[in-house]
Amino acid sequence: MSEEQAPPPVPLSEQLRARFPEAVIATHQQAGDDTAVVRRESLRAVAQHLRDEPELAFNVLMDLTAVDGLKLGAASRFEVVYHFYSLEQNRRLRLKVPVEEQDPTVDSLADLWPSANWFEREVWDMFGIRFRGHPSLKRLLMYEEFSGHPLRKDYPVNRRQPLIGPGN
Amino acid sequence: MFGQSNWLTTKVDAALGWARKFSIFQYPFVTACCGMEYMATACSHYDVDRFGAGFPRFSPRQADVLFVVGTISHKMAPILKKIYDQMTEPKWVVAFGVCTCTGGFYDNYATVQGIDTLIPVDVYIPGCPPRPENVLDGLMKLQAKIQAQHSGVTLGASSQAIADKLHV
Amino acid sequence: MEATAYETRDLLLNVGPAHPAMHGIIRILLQLDGETIKGADVEIGYLHRGFEKMCEQGGYNHAIPYTDRLNYVSPLINNVGYCLAIERLMGLTVPERGQYIRVIMSEISRITDHLTCVGASAMELGAFTVFLYMIKAREYLWELIEQVTGARLTISYCRVGGVKADLPEGFETRTRAVLAQVREVLVECDTLLTRNRIFVDRMKGTGTITQQDALGYGITGPFLRSTGANFDVRKQTPYLVYDRLTFEAPLGQHGDNLDRYFCRMEEMEQSMRIVEQCLAQLPGGSIQAEGVAGQAIAAADMVDAAKMGRIAEIAGTHPVTDPTLEGSNKPFHQRINAPEKRAVLPPKEDTYGNIEGLMSHFKLIMFGHGIRPPKGEVYQAVEGANGELGFYVVSDGTDKPYRVRVRPPCLPMMAALPLLLTGDMMADVVPTFGSVNMIGGELDR
Repeated sequence: MSEEQAPPPVPLSEQLRARFPEAVIATHQQAGDDTAVVRRESLRAVAQHLRDEPELAFNVLMDLTAVDGLKLGAASRFEVVYHFYSLEQNRRLRLKVPVEEQDPTVDSLADLWPSANWFEREVWDMFGIRFRGHPSLKRLLMYEEFSGHPLRKDYPVNRRQPLIGPGN
Repeated sequence: MFGQSNWLTTKVDAALGWARKFSIFQYPFVTACCGMEYMATACSHYDVDRFGAGFPRFSPRQADVLFVVGTISHKMAPILKKIYDQMTEPKWVVAFGVCTCTGGFYDNYATVQGIDTLIPVDVYIPGCPPRPENVLDGLMKLQAKIQAQHSGVTLGASSQAIADKLHV
Repeated sequence: MEATAYETRDLLLNVGPAHPAMHGIIRILLQLDGETIKGADVEIGYLHRGFEKMCEQGGYNHAIPYTDRLNYVSPLINNVGYCLAIERLMGLTVPERGQYIRVIMSEISRITDHLTCVGASAMELGAFTVFLYMIKAREYLWELIEQVTGARLTISYCRVGGVKADLPEGFETRTRAVLAQVREVLVECDTLLTRNRIFVDRMKGTGTITQQDALGYGITGPFLRSTGANFDVRKQTPYLVYDRLTFEAPLGQHGDNLDRYFCRMEEMEQSMRIVEQCLAQLPGGSIQAEGVAGQAIAAADMVDAAKMGRIAEIAGTHPVTDPTLEGSNKPFHQRINAPEKRAVLPPKEDTYGNIEGLMSHFKLIMFGHGIRPPKGEVYQAVEGANGELGFYVVSDGTDKPYRVRVRPPCLPMMAALPLLLTGDMMADVVPTFGSVNMIGGELDR
């Protein structure tokens, strides 16, 4: 008996879960975006696999950002979000790495994808998440003497800054 | 005596005012979106060159009107102050765009809420961004202000004697 | 006289943040050995205006004026990207006419962006005439945009679920005339620049980047296409109606400034072809005034009468909205907005005319109510003028966005600027920085 229709293709996040069962905590495909939540310790292994595996070939790290889940009531406060793109396969994947508030550090991917360098600096600037192994983690958008991390939910939006510079 | 005005000083003031207002060397301190409308005002359709303000001087030492065009953030504020200090007298400041007048709708941690917290402003041109007609109107108000300024010219003794003889 | 070996040291030169290039405020630290650049470092953030934090403060439509000011030379593309992200999260589809209108306005915005970029970078190389010509062409397009959206630059035209108003009468004829004028200007500028010895010498071979490096840095758009990689979001992951349109994404070879100039000039022509195809395929012709029952009464008068209880006076009349709301009356409204009460305001005739419309209006406007996408996240990529513009929106089910992230296309290019500049000479900073088309609003957000 021939099959009437081929079974739907397994999403990439599920394939990742099969390959790294202890690393992938959860997956979802909301709004058509393939997403996998990965443990912090296994991030580099998974990322390396995504880049080096020939059928995957995720050679572009499109975006690297973070979300402060203070008001979402999630288990861990921060989530670092990675958006990967494969030019050959024309495929996208999102990885999310939960990060605790008490120890906000993640491994840096700057040596695998040079685009990660500035994106990680921005996450440090805006959220205060440190990246282990980053060549020079300094602020990107705010001025050097700024204190605080503005995109955290407990930073008030209209806090006035002391004017810095000559004469002040 | 400083400020003692008579027929001769008013004529000198008028002449100086006329010369200054029609030969404005602007320093366009362009930061953001208002820069696009600044470019539109400076180019063929709206032509600010007819007012004598056509040729921007990109050195503060050679300019007399500082057009602050676009949002000033706290990181940029010291540089604005430095540029203003480097300009020589007589100098005027135009706050172009509502971000420079009051901070615009960026009521947050990163934006200076109006450049008059840093430097004295002569003309405020609100708008987000202001239409070129608004800019030209502001420019004409600035010209009226320049024309009306007392230059504080003091007369030498011989000229004072002539003025006394004419009983003016 | 024998040549003595001189002890030399490198010069650290600070270019910016206040510098003559019209592109925006950034600081480039150059390590110069004579005139050759041995190293560079880039500092940004001088226009950080807290876009992402401001978006969290109001409703979903509140963020649209902030998105205008991201890439302020092509504001419509930002609007469209943001609205598409929310619509994908909510599962809305804009009617076809609305989609075509979004494509037309996006492509017109793309043309204005490339005009500004090429014009400004040509001016910095000394071609002041080209700048004036291109800004003239940009003015024609801005007049066209003003007729549709009401503003020249910061237009806030898209809404979640549609666009603000339909195209005005005679738009097609005017657009075709304007595009003919823009084509003339492009031919003029092409004659002035493309075979100009000075221009070509300064642009050819400077600011070179390999395809490998460009992909590693996450560079997209005309910058990446100038190296030969065929990546255009409109083709790879088509959104709106781009899959029904025939156009090409021009590819370069060498990845230097001259190739980027060619890519941008050719892309303008392709954008104009897209606009013409859309105008030909645009569904829904002109709307004939239907015979509406009852006497016409100004909507404001009807509301006043109703407030004072004079119901008998207004029975059997139909409200007519203000002419300044042209293009958003009821017959136009439903063909450019998704029929979705959760996100789209009802037409003004319904808001003033009946209680259901008023309630729908309330549910979207009042504090605590508003557009409420389901909990979750979405990443929507659109092809901005500089490359892939991505919007990552996280919703927590309330009426305010929880997190709005913009993936700026020029950030990776600025990160790669040290790579582009090293090895070139001091004077090559100008054409390279010009062809990066760094827009401060987008870079620093």
